Amino acid sequence: MSNGPISIASEKCRGCKKCVGTCPFGAIRMNGKCAVLRPDQCRGCMDCLQSCPIGAVTAAVDDVTDHQTLGAHRGVWVFAEQYQGKMREVVYELLAAGRSLAKERACDLAAVVLGHNIAHFAPPLIAAGADTVLLADHPELARYEAETYTDALHQLIVRHKPEILLAGATAVGRAFFGKVAVRAYTGLTADCTALSIDLSACLLNQTRPALGGNIMATIMTPHRRPQMATVRPHVFNMNVPDPARVGQILLEALELAPASSRVIRSVASDPSVNIADSDIVVAGGRGLKKAENLALLHRLAEHLGGVVGVSRACVDCGWISAARQVGQTGKIVRPKIYLAFGISGAIQHLEGIRGAETVIAVNSDPYAPIFDVADLGIVGDLCVILPALLEVLGGQSAPDCGQP
Amino acid sequence: MHIVVCLKQVPDTANVRINPETNTLMREGAESITNPFDEYALEQALRLKDAHGARVTTLTMGPSQAEVVLREAIARGADQGFLISDQAFAGSDTWATSYVISRAIKKLRPAADIVLFGKQAIDGETAQVGPGVSEFLNYKLVTYARSITVGTDGRFTAETLMDEGIEVIECSLPVVATVLREALPPRYATLAGWMRARRVKIPAWDASRLGVVPDLCGLKGSPTRVVKIFAPPMKAGGIRMDGREMPSLAVEAILRILRDKGVAK
Repeated sequence: MSNGPISIASEKCRGCKKCVGTCPFGAIRMNGKCAVLRPDQCRGCMDCLQSCPIGAVTAAVDDVTDHQTLGAHRGVWVFAEQYQGKMREVVYELLAAGRSLAKERACDLAAVVLGHNIAHFAPPLIAAGADTVLLADHPELARYEAETYTDALHQLIVRHKPEILLAGATAVGRAFFGKVAVRAYTGLTADCTALSIDLSACLLNQTRPALGGNIMATIMTPHRRPQMATVRPHVFNMNVPDPARVGQILLEALELAPASSRVIRSVASDPSVNIADSDIVVAGGRGLKKAENLALLHRLAEHLGGVVGVSRACVDCGWISAARQVGQTGKIVRPKIYLAFGISGAIQHLEGIRGAETVIAVNSDPYAPIFDVADLGIVGDLCVILPALLEVLGGQSAPDCGQP
Repeated sequence: MHIVVCLKQVPDTANVRINPETNTLMREGAESITNPFDEYALEQALRLKDAHGARVTTLTMGPSQAEVVLREAIARGADQGFLISDQAFAGSDTWATSYVISRAIKKLRPAADIVLFGKQAIDGETAQVGPGVSEFLNYKLVTYARSITVGTDGRFTAETLMDEGIEVIECSLPVVATVLREALPPRYATLAGWMRARRVKIPAWDASRLGVVPDLCGLKGSPTRVVKIFAPPMKAGGIRMDGREMPSLAVEAILRILRDKGVAK
């Protein structure tokens, strides 16, 4: 199931060995006079299909749900992404979501950790809801590389056959899950915002926004396993950890080739630009009229302990780095308070702030779409309101907000 | 050096709406454009061509009208374009799309050294086809890349955007990379470029030309199924006030919320 769709018909094979020579991965060997596929080595690249002169090598899709094969896949897995010794928060959110999925499917919930010297991660994962923690401890997994992570996770999938496999929609999760799904020949749904079990079909409903947030789509993987999804951070709430929970820890031995890329340099981002995780985002748009007025936003952000975000217009004008852009083509934010000054609220921008708890908007255009989603919408001139607000907060005279 | 840039024609999402009664897409007035992220991938390829000399090939998979994104790319400086088009490809999910595109890339001679994608498409937003193609091709994968350079020794380096910051990655070719928007602003097409783009022949490759297995393409080859499409629940608006006459009242209202949330005294 979780190996590629290739099969070799032994009754047809004449033993010409052409496919053996074609396979870049050495997955086809001769067994006597007949070519045999080693499913654990097959990467599903399809190169062998054209090599067979008599059509004995075929690729087939399972049209009909084969309940016996599908049923061999059990368990909900969460890819427990760690980075430089820290477990990501989204992992605990996924364990909370995975807990309820596992309950519906009456199966175990497992967390899979890839890395080196990772034993200490297991207890908190069990406390957060994992029944089993799979530890794949290998020096080659010490840092993320798409190829080695894909090799490792695919080996574990073939070994244990999970039914559902989730990861956070992080830079790492979104990248290497795309490779794993291809190698396992299964479906993958990106950036899910809701997961549930369809009770009649026993399938995972994976719901996600698309087309810039204009539509929501629910997607299923009916005939392949595992059912894979990446899930946006901050969508699910994490459970309160229970240190008394008991779980099983499995040490997984893997054979991995040496990583072939290396990190020459790594530069941590300025935490003040981490708009995605900030509780307070003070944002500005075209209504600021000039780059200098961004200073007012920075002052307000400083007062409130927040960070400055901007709409695409400010980035396109070259006022500020794209790292601060909120919206579909920038960052998705989920602050407790989002303050929008001079942002009209194009759909791509609104998609980026859908998760904001409270939205306060100031805009001179009474018909700006941002008002449709604002908890407090103020029609007015930000060049009057913003300095007045700063004056009250800072207890000093209003700074200048010049006209363009 | 042979650089392949994969382009996607997408609806301009600013104008796509869903009919709340029928839950179907209303595409009227929605222009088709080249996926904006892909334009940055093309620019990255053209910069490499400027610096080292390279052949830049563009590919797109879609209906026949998607050919225009290839001509636009050629007008900007790409050398050639191939349209991957067949009714059998309709309904392909990211698995089937990755399969078809990877077969097209394998058909190119000389073999591709670098395959570039935008970091994601603005319609599907999955960011999965680049990684998927890297898997089918067995090329190295570098995601969220900018400032790509290739050394005289053929070593590929790029800054990649991770969740914590930037990592500068070095590896050997061949590579599949997905390119960030903040890379370099795409150049404009030149008049001479447009003249060439209008004349150039764009070969169309269908399923049989590619030698793909029909069962692995389109809806049939796709492991996923879209079972429902619906309008997103939109957040309801709240209090609206006019702050033009009495700005101080507006400031007071903002402060009330900030105090309620405990972020202002």
